Formats: sequence, C-alpha cells, structure tokens
Amino acid sequence: MVIATLSFYLFAFTAVASAIFVVLSRNPVHSVLWLILTFFSSAALFVLLGAEFIAMLMLIVYVGAVAMLFLFVVMMLDVDFAELRGSVSAYLPLGLAIGLILLLELGIVFGNWIFAANAPALRAAVSPAPEDVENTVALGQLIYTDYVFLFQIAGLILFVAMVGAIVLTMRHRPNVKRQSIVTQIYRDPKDSYEMKDVKPGQGI
Amino acid sequence: MIGLEHYLTVAAILFVIGIFGIFLNRKNIIVILMSIELMLLAVNINFVAFSAHLGDMVGQVFTLFILTVAAAEAAIGLAVLVVFFRNRGAIDVEDVNAMKG
Repeated sequence: MVIATLSFYLFAFTAVASAIFVVLSRNPVHSVLWLILTFFSSAALFVLLGAEFIAMLMLIVYVGAVAMLFLFVVMMLDVDFAELRGSVSAYLPLGLAIGLILLLELGIVFGNWIFAANAPALRAAVSPAPEDVENTVALGQLIYTDYVFLFQIAGLILFVAMVGAIVLTMRHRPNVKRQSIVTQIYRDPKDSYEMKDVKPGQGI
Repeated sequence: MIGLEHYLTVAAILFVIGIFGIFLNRKNIIVILMSIELMLLAVNINFVAFSAHLGDMVGQVFTLFILTVAAAEAAIGLAVLVVFFRNRGAIDVEDVNAMKG
C-alpha cells in the first residue's frame, strides 16, 4: 500500500504541476506538451482508481487525438504568440482572485459534505469484484445494454463533429487544377485528335 | 488506500487551474481551449473517483461521454479557429467583434 500511496502523490503532483505549466507556458507548443504530461499522469491516477479502460481511453483519445490536433493547429497557424501574451499582467489579479475564491468555495464544500445514508442502495450498476469481471468487461456489459442509446448518441456526436470540422475547413481554390475522373472516362478519341494529310513540301 | 478526498482535491486544483488559465490567456484562444480540456479532465477525475469509491460503474460510463464531448468540442473549436485565421489572419480573441451591432 505504500507504493500505491507514493505513486498517487507522485502522479497527482505531476498532474497539477504540468497543468500549471500548461497555463503559464509562453510557447503554445510547450503548453501542448505539458498538457500531454497532465493527461498521462491523470491516466495513471485512473489506473490507481481501478478504471483501466478509462485510463487507456484517456491516452488514446486525449493524447493520441486531441493533443495531436492541438499540436497540428499550433504549428499550422503562422501567429506571433509572443504578441498574444502582451496583456497578461492586466488579467492576472482578476484571474488569481477568482481562482482563489473558487478554490475556497470548493474547500468549504469538501469540508462539509457527507454521503446520504441510502447512497449505496441507489447505485444503478454495482461494479463487480475485479477478480470476477475485469473493468473493461464490466463497462462493456453496461454500455452495450443499459446505456446503448447514450452510446449511440456519443457516436452521433462524434459523427456530427467530424462532418462539421470537414465542412468548416474545406475550401475549393479557384485556380487549382483538379483531376476529374468522369471527364477522363467520357473522353472521346474522335474529339481528342485529328488526322491531317500533310503533302510533301507544303506543310499544313 | 487513498481516500476519496485526495482525488477530489486534485480534481478541484486542476479545475481552478483551468479557470485561471482562461483569465491568464485572454487573447490566445488555443490556450483557452486547452484550459477547457483541463477543466473537463478535472470533472472526469471526480466522476471516476466517486465511481470507484461507491462501487458504481455508471460514473465511468459518464466519463466516456465527457471524453466524447471533449473530443468533439476540440475538433469543432479548432476548425472554427482555422477558418477564423484564414479570414482574418490573426487569432486574437479581442478582435472577434465582426458581429457587434
């Protein structure tokens, strides 16, 4: 158990520290890399909690897709990011004040809440013992049965997001030549060339 | 065993860092989007911590949907950002006033 405690504090500290660097970093590329470290550490926290499938999904979706998307966009845009940092000090006191107040409020909530007496009875899907059913299997048995509609809606959300992103970013430039398969297939040899009978010494 | 409060504390700190990042990087919309990802991550940690503590799998199911929405939000947000950069040549948030009456 000492190892679990130590690793919890290690990963929690790494997550918080790298999240701070995400926010404070001057270069957005560095921000994305710190964000990846945050995701890795929180995936480790999920493993400590026994949610292995969510942890691996975290790595695949966040690190593999979202962070790479951020990296692509940051590198594709030709923006002077140093100039965007210009008015940091103007918002620093306000941001600090709101952050501190929020942290204080959350701390007050943490100090005063208790579980309801009937909370264990209200569980919708009691998680089985990990020795009997693994976390991934248990989650799969749940999302393909009780939560199948929510699962399909999640797929629909991703589909709409994909279509939306393609529609937003696709553009047809007017002066670019493109291949038209239909025109190529329906091209007629008779229209393509013409036979000329060239007389000797005369030319066309 | 690490208590539930420890995880909730980590999640609360991450959430506050996300909000702080939005205020700190008011002009840079890419970092604002990253801060929103941080806040969603904090919510995910809360869900999974409660799920593990109560022994209820539904918390992890909801984490799946938050993950989905976060991915969709990042994709759409960055697509809008790219289109905006093409039209205006800058991504300064304070310049986004084309629809001001």
